Amino acid sequence: MKRALIGMVLLTACGDDSEGGYEPGEELSGGETTVFDEGANAFSLAARNLVGDRRDKFFVGNSFFKRAWVTAPSSTSGVDGLGPTYNATSCAACHFKDGRGAPPQEPDEEFLGLLVRLSVPGEAADGGPVGDPVYGGQFNHKSILTVAAEGKSAVTYVEVPGTFGDGTAYSLRKPTYDFTDLAFGPFADGIMFSPRTGQAMIGLGLLEALDEATLVALADEDDADGDGISGRVNRVFDVRSQTVKLGRFGWKANQPSLEQQVSGAFNGDIGVTSELFPTQNCPPAQAACVASADGGAPEIAADKIDEVTYYSQLLAVPARRNFQDPTVLRGKAMFLEAGCASCHTPKLTTGSFPELPEISSQTIFPFTDLLLHDMGPELADNRPDFLATGTEWRTAPLWGIGLVEVVNRHTNFMHDGRARDLSEAILWHGGEGEAAREAYRLMPESDRAAMLVFLESL
Amino acid sequence: MKTVFKLGLCLAVAACGGGDDDGLADAPAVIENYATIVRASYEETTAKAGDLKAAIDAFLANPDALKLSAAQDAWLAAREPYGLTEGYRFYDGPIDNPIDGPEGRMNAWPLDEAYIDYVENDADAGIINHPETFPELTKDIIAEQNEKGAEENISTGYHAIEFLLWGQDFDDAGPGARPFTDYLTVGGTSQHQDRRAQYLSIVTDLLVEDLASVEVQWAPGEANYGTDFQAVDSREALRRILQGMGSLSGSELSGERMGTALDNRDQEDEHSCFSDNTHRDLRANALSMQNIYLGKFGAIDGPGLDEIVAARDPELDAKMQAQLQETVDLIEAIPAPFDQAIMDDADGRVKIKAAIDSLKAQTETTVEIATLLGITINLE
Repeated sequence: MKRALIGMVLLTACGDDSEGGYEPGEELSGGETTVFDEGANAFSLAARNLVGDRRDKFFVGNSFFKRAWVTAPSSTSGVDGLGPTYNATSCAACHFKDGRGAPPQEPDEEFLGLLVRLSVPGEAADGGPVGDPVYGGQFNHKSILTVAAEGKSAVTYVEVPGTFGDGTAYSLRKPTYDFTDLAFGPFADGIMFSPRTGQAMIGLGLLEALDEATLVALADEDDADGDGISGRVNRVFDVRSQTVKLGRFGWKANQPSLEQQVSGAFNGDIGVTSELFPTQNCPPAQAACVASADGGAPEIAADKIDEVTYYSQLLAVPARRNFQDPTVLRGKAMFLEAGCASCHTPKLTTGSFPELPEISSQTIFPFTDLLLHDMGPELADNRPDFLATGTEWRTAPLWGIGLVEVVNRHTNFMHDGRARDLSEAILWHGGEGEAAREAYRLMPESDRAAMLVFLESL
Repeated sequence: MKTVFKLGLCLAVAACGGGDDDGLADAPAVIENYATIVRASYEETTAKAGDLKAAIDAFLANPDALKLSAAQDAWLAAREPYGLTEGYRFYDGPIDNPIDGPEGRMNAWPLDEAYIDYVENDADAGIINHPETFPELTKDIIAEQNEKGAEENISTGYHAIEFLLWGQDFDDAGPGARPFTDYLTVGGTSQHQDRRAQYLSIVTDLLVEDLASVEVQWAPGEANYGTDFQAVDSREALRRILQGMGSLSGSELSGERMGTALDNRDQEDEHSCFSDNTHRDLRANALSMQNIYLGKFGAIDGPGLDEIVAARDPELDAKMQAQLQETVDLIEAIPAPFDQAIMDDADGRVKIKAAIDSLKAQTETTVEIATLLGITINLE
């Protein structure tokens, strides 16, 4: 059965018009927005086609993205209202240099760039998860001076051995999360945890500019084509319109728009209220949190959210490197042959995005379908999020992935950063990704190496 | 015409990955002089911070209004040379390399006032007023609060000292007015005067130490960053110099510090908000870029980028020199205090906008200079 599936995948790949050769323009991952930088600032640049005065708002947004929030009340009234409980004081703390967060590198290191969502069984009125009655929807391990933090979090790993087809051994690390010094007693019965690292900020506007029809067309909920891949869209609550919309952002595609993603992160991660999320992140049981001074109602003004959203929409994707190198092209062929592209869709075209011609009608190479896929029990957080089940995750975009090491000085991948390099990331794929993973695992060493070199060129 | 041809050749060589210094025989002297002025400006900055520490020690030993005012003057004097060093940032040098650069501890903004001391509407705020949480105030404990940069509460550096000397600013016309009696242990105002004195003393010590740690990295003839800097490929060294200038001009100053303040219209959206000294900070930053370009600092006037550019494109050099001066002039023309200027539609905002436009033009010229020398700089 498994063999048959691989055969199918091969057929699909062979039927494709690109068989791994160089496709002119494929190095421009973000179309005309693409920037050319291979250094530590590679993720921090504005879209190349954003010019003149249209850059001003990007700078202001960038400023608020980096700016640390402070305890209220403060002289700097525009940025006071931190917490009372929080995970970080600025966006850039977790999205360092607009890049990717990581789990603690040392056992006793505090979480930064990795947060833990909490929920109990059931469905909230908006269709989303129900938070812990006392700790809320997210564990906040930090707090302002006069309020207790919710507790401490730690992650430990167990090595899980495996073997490549050629007999070479590898080892994956499986995480376990521990919560201690819980300030308000134990979590509720049936508590579910979902650890998630901060994602790279590049190309988000381009993903927002993809037409819903484009994504829906990629979905194949009942696997009608029998390729073993059954991507489906998440449908989530859109706060601005008070309707259900297609989910695009977040590890489970649980956010419909960048405005909501940005506002949600300000609220959940920094403790800052906004027009969309006007309520302080303080469950009733946390009395000191509830009683704390706020930094205004809302704490971040609507125009600031708008500027940070604009910034998020226009952070550019860096161009690929070595895209015509024979090994890279061989790795690309392996990538297609293994069936990775069934979910990591290489090429898409954005639709027309109101007010932002820069990201409209662009041919892009994001390597994602933004759809939910069952990734198997090993990777599961077992925590549903709107339509996403406990084993489903959104296909992560792969553009820029080869520069994470330069920008963020780590190569921790997957939702919780458990994979220590790209090879481990592939080996963690299960469920709908199992056939592709097996194809990789069983490749000769030189093919595996070529595939990794290809990924590093993205 | 000949020049153009030569330049084309230069670029082609650089593009082919040539690591030598083709066509940049005049660069080493400029790079060496840059290291000299960086060293000299950190020396002066550390010395002025030492004077500040002495003035604060004298004030804390026997607090009175006169000595508080002397400490404030010493703070203002210490800010001047620091502002002149800000063009040495943004290329992961000793001041702000992401591993252990102390810039965040020294100059981070905004300050988390209520994490340090009392603020309006919260008389009990801050570490100073919470001996039960922080029974002991030590250098290690306070430094730890700032250790990891962005995710920690900002409670050290120039602006922490500024807050402890001036207090919050509620005066439209002038700076904050913290009474010296905040430090009087007998008959003083507010609470925990002894802890406030301790905190002020500790954060000033930390500042001096951090500045000294940067200064030693530029000491001549030692195995340090400054020596490495002069040993790398000339194009790489020039790239760092231009990256620093371009980033200060194009994103930090015109975007972060002025553009954002203009956009916000918030009285205290200014870096030295307690002392109302932001206009001087901005001026020093503009001069920092001019100094770097001309290879000058104080009495030192060595070979600068101007020589390199003039030898290849005299018009571009003239344009850059004029723009650097125009930026200084336009920033000086902004009426002080900056916190009032950002709210004054008729005059202040117009002048700030003009200075921002000049900084933007200067940034573009910096990029042109980089291109002329076959260097790519990437500005945010």
